[in-house]
Amino acid sequence: MIRVELPAHLRTLARVGREVTLEIEGPVTQRSVLDALEGQYPVLRGTIRDQATQRRRPFVRFFACEQDVSHELPDAPLPEAVAIGAEPLLIIGAMAGGA
Amino acid sequence: MSGVRVLVGTRKGAFVLSSDGRREEWDISGPHFAGWEIYHLKGSPADQNRVYASQSGGWFGQLIQRSDDGGTTWTPVGNSFTYDGIPGTHQWFDGTQHPWEFPRVWHLEPSPSDPNTVYAGVEDAALFRSTDGGQNWVELSGLRQHSSGAAWQPGAGGMCLHTILLDPGNSQRIVVAISAAGAFRSDDAGTTWRPINRGLRSEGIPDQDAEVGHCVHNLAMHPSRPEVLFMQKHWDVMRSDNGGELWHEISGNLPSDFGFPIAVHAHEPETVYVVPIKSDSQHFPPDGRLRVYRSRSGGNEWEALTNGLPQRDCYVNVLRDAMAVDTLDSCGIYFGTTGGQVYASPDGGDTWTAIVRDLPAVLSVEVQTLP
Repeated sequence: MIRVELPAHLRTLARVGREVTLEIEGPVTQRSVLDALEGQYPVLRGTIRDQATQRRRPFVRFFACEQDVSHELPDAPLPEAVAIGAEPLLIIGAMAGGA
Repeated sequence: MSGVRVLVGTRKGAFVLSSDGRREEWDISGPHFAGWEIYHLKGSPADQNRVYASQSGGWFGQLIQRSDDGGTTWTPVGNSFTYDGIPGTHQWFDGTQHPWEFPRVWHLEPSPSDPNTVYAGVEDAALFRSTDGGQNWVELSGLRQHSSGAAWQPGAGGMCLHTILLDPGNSQRIVVAISAAGAFRSDDAGTTWRPINRGLRSEGIPDQDAEVGHCVHNLAMHPSRPEVLFMQKHWDVMRSDNGGELWHEISGNLPSDFGFPIAVHAHEPETVYVVPIKSDSQHFPPDGRLRVYRSRSGGNEWEALTNGLPQRDCYVNVLRDAMAVDTLDSCGIYFGTTGGQVYASPDGGDTWTAIVRDLPAVLSVEVQTLP
């Protein structure tokens, strides 16, 4: 079981609480987690990564085990603690100013 | 009793303002989609309960929301806007070629006759259509693939398709406007397109009367006379009497012919409204006085409408999609400002009252007239 923590706007869209759980078979990577997340909550398609290019949206970050793993390759394994459900993968709306 | 529903998109959410036909007491609901930019909401002319909304933000991209109960509850529908084929490139600010990219939907235009058919004008400029209530979107790519497409370039607000006019008597005709490419028309339901910019002159482009490259801000049309089009351009207020084949200037005695929205009275096709703005670099009313200007002669002769509007120290802007009219017997005119006010006039512009004063910056205003 994988744990994923969502930012407030995406919790509202998906109508869920702070943390959701996902079942993933095979390697636990950014791509496999996001595939499972979007499969379980289709409304999140396009909000975290571009639907056409699959690239992470610029102001979204992925944190795990107090590390920023946003720039890891999509198919790189996430930390073992995430893969075994001990720690959540945090999906974050980046700190940004503006209007 | 009849009534109106004013749909307001703002920088931080959507609001629905409701009143009976007197338009004196207002009920305000919202914010819907709090924290998100709502570039546009619009109701279906064929079903008063069907409303579409464009929800976007810098963090999490674009969603489309649909309401089937007049804006009380909402359901996210499809948000996959994929350009047809290999998108290619268009001209960028620095003159280089830049890939077509989709950041957001600027305008949603529901069909006059089918609640499930709705058009979306997007940035980077393209027109999409859904025929299943917003679930799936298909690009009408003949527009973007027009031979001039690679030469289009963005205005300061982005290269957006912001205006869509559907002829209620001729489903084959669609008119759109793109900043900063100009106006385009299709007479085969969106398959093929051609520019309709003859008569426009723009000092900001090297060939001032070029076929494309004009920064059209907004178009308006009275449904009974679709051949007559009104345009607020970056500078100049323009009119065409032949569906855009040729335009002529009708700025007349306006204090400034820069501005964003333009609207036509619901029952008087020659009565037109604009909100003059000082200049392209000073986006506020001339002299700090917020004035709507009305022409009852189809242009050229304009009168200032000031009763109830601030006449000193006012430095708000009124954006291109932020003015609309209702169709009650005494036509109501509505507009929203970047200062968060939504003003209503129940008497065609003679008197104005702020329905609400302190919303986030208003991006769009549309009106539904309820039976």
